[in-house]
Amino acid sequence: MKKTLTFLLVAIAAIALGQSPTITTWITGSGAKPALAVIDFRGAGSQPYMDKFNATLFGDLNGSSVFDMRPKGMYPLGNPQRPEDLRTEDNNQGFALPDWAGAPVNASHLVFGYTAAQNGVLVLSGWVYDTRQANAQSAQLLAQRYVGTLDEAGAIKVAHEFANDIIQKFGGAGSLLGSRIYFISDRGAGTNNWEIWSVNWDGTDQKPLTRLRSLSIQPAISPDGEKLAFTTYAKGRPRIMMISPETGRELPFLNQEASMNATPSWTPDAQRIFYASTASGTSQIYSAGFDGRGFTRISRREAIEVEPKVNPKNPDVLLFVAGPGNQQIYRMSALGTQVQRVTNGEGEASNPSWHPDGQHFAFSWTRGYTKGDFNIFLADAGNPLDFVQLTHSEGRNENPSWAPDGRHLVFASNRTGVSQIYTMLADGSQVKQLTTQGKNRSPVWGVK
Amino acid sequence: MKSHSLFVSRNSLAVLLLAAIAVTSCGKKAPVIRTPPPVPVAENRTTALPAVPGAPTATLTVEPSSITPGQSATLRWTTTNANDVSLNTGIGTVAASGNRTVNPATTSTYTLTANGPLGSTSATATVTVAAPPPPPVTPSRGGTQSIEQRLQAELHDALYEYDSNNISDDARAILTANANALKIIFREFPNASVNVEGHCDERGSAEYNLGLGDRRASSARDFLVQLGIPADKLKTISYGKERPTCTEADEACYQKNRRAHFSSGQ
Repeated sequence: MKKTLTFLLVAIAAIALGQSPTITTWITGSGAKPALAVIDFRGAGSQPYMDKFNATLFGDLNGSSVFDMRPKGMYPLGNPQRPEDLRTEDNNQGFALPDWAGAPVNASHLVFGYTAAQNGVLVLSGWVYDTRQANAQSAQLLAQRYVGTLDEAGAIKVAHEFANDIIQKFGGAGSLLGSRIYFISDRGAGTNNWEIWSVNWDGTDQKPLTRLRSLSIQPAISPDGEKLAFTTYAKGRPRIMMISPETGRELPFLNQEASMNATPSWTPDAQRIFYASTASGTSQIYSAGFDGRGFTRISRREAIEVEPKVNPKNPDVLLFVAGPGNQQIYRMSALGTQVQRVTNGEGEASNPSWHPDGQHFAFSWTRGYTKGDFNIFLADAGNPLDFVQLTHSEGRNENPSWAPDGRHLVFASNRTGVSQIYTMLADGSQVKQLTTQGKNRSPVWGVK
Repeated sequence: MKSHSLFVSRNSLAVLLLAAIAVTSCGKKAPVIRTPPPVPVAENRTTALPAVPGAPTATLTVEPSSITPGQSATLRWTTTNANDVSLNTGIGTVAASGNRTVNPATTSTYTLTANGPLGSTSATATVTVAAPPPPPVTPSRGGTQSIEQRLQAELHDALYEYDSNNISDDARAILTANANALKIIFREFPNASVNVEGHCDERGSAEYNLGLGDRRASSARDFLVQLGIPADKLKTISYGKERPTCTEADEACYQKNRRAHFSSGQ
């Protein structure tokens, strides 16, 4: 119902942009976002870390796309640090909630608080108030304390935690806190080789997971974050290897006798994987337990088929990529029946990535561009002709993968001349580069 | 030795012998009849003449003067007025006259040096050794190169059209030549196996290209098997677009990368 209403609201704008309305509506949300004013926090004995803290808090809230972030330049000069500072009336000086609710700030909610060094640790006290409530007590939406180490890392940590709680309070799918991105990097891998790496969602703590000094590609993190499957040439021909991302240790996996077992992906319950194998000749879709046992052939066609992706809400539905003749995205049942093309046959399409809602998917497509010039697109699986383009030929953009919050995407782009990992919001805004060293590609977003 | 006058005739000798027996049998000591020693016959040699002291002379000939490798030739030489005669090329001191068999591998000139009291002289003779005939057109000598070197030198990439694993006419010719080369290589490396690698250009997705490269490798493998290469000697492996031979973004480079490549499977 809500979707229909918002459709009407944005339809005109969407048509003006030449984009189909439904998917655009889905991306931009209801249009009635909470308008957030976030005061710059100060620190008692922790002031050196507050620039990082404030940047992190604002960045997380802004990046969630849950809020309409009100620009700081419009804030009044008086900034409350704790509820005791609030007055019922302050004549637009800033210590009364109406000062924030009215013009020019027009915030529906105010985020304030402070940090202090206490017993050698950093303590954050944070509050969120509804500016439109007459009664300050009923206006309080969130009051929370957080503890971190007394350094920049501790300040960043508590900022992430506070932001996460605020986002969840407003119905967001949670922040990205704790999530990690798995990708491949040529750093330390040797010529033409790749290792599996991981990085925090914000670009910190990059590290290699494998040291196979081989061609190791196509990482696939299990939905619970406990296992990582990937394709490696460590034993000659392409094989699937399973490791624990926590320890880096290899887990048992039975590969079929085939010239190629590749492009693994997970079922939502993390109990089975789907992958492409040439065990029967040409590359076809198979499924197996997470230890590789009990493999069965799913598709039975003469096509080249790779990249099976199980619907996160309905494990009976798969997307996959098939060719030859302009590789396109197809769907079929988990039994290999009801095969039908999803993309419209234009250009070449690949890398389908289901949104957590099981309804939409991101993918890379050369539609409108020359061969090889991939861009990231979004489509509605129920109406795949309803799509929107998120990148616009800033280099080659591939391998989109959804964040657990369903609002962010990670992808690889060679827009700087070298392939690197980027994140962006589902509307294509707020593009952030996560990696700068070496060559990096094939990212997937894991819950941890 | 033909001078009959110097010898008694056979008949007269028999008479003499009978006479001698008769005498002996009579108990009387008969005088021993001696045949006079033959007169030395003058030898029919010019060198038999007394040498006239003078400067040394030397002659050296070789027969035949032209050989092919492995054949031999005979050196003949004579010298005069020399008390020290030698041949070079490692033979050393030799008799004043003589012959010697040689079998040089390459064209060689022999020098005879004669040293005498009144000086020295030398003579030369050359044995021409013909160049060996060219070897049969086989690629190279087994055992001196690794199989990987052989494969890279003698086999060529079969090229493909975009998003295709069809064997074109050009690829057919290349694979046929590769099959012939592989037959020889497998004879020399009976335990070897060969990887048939499938590669793609950079344009399709990395994932799809892995499947496409596998098809290319399989099609090249199947073609070679049809030409008699044992299937168990050939192992397909797809590298998708992960191992390009060039990285330029143009069709010339794309074409080089759309290939079936051959490497040692050992």
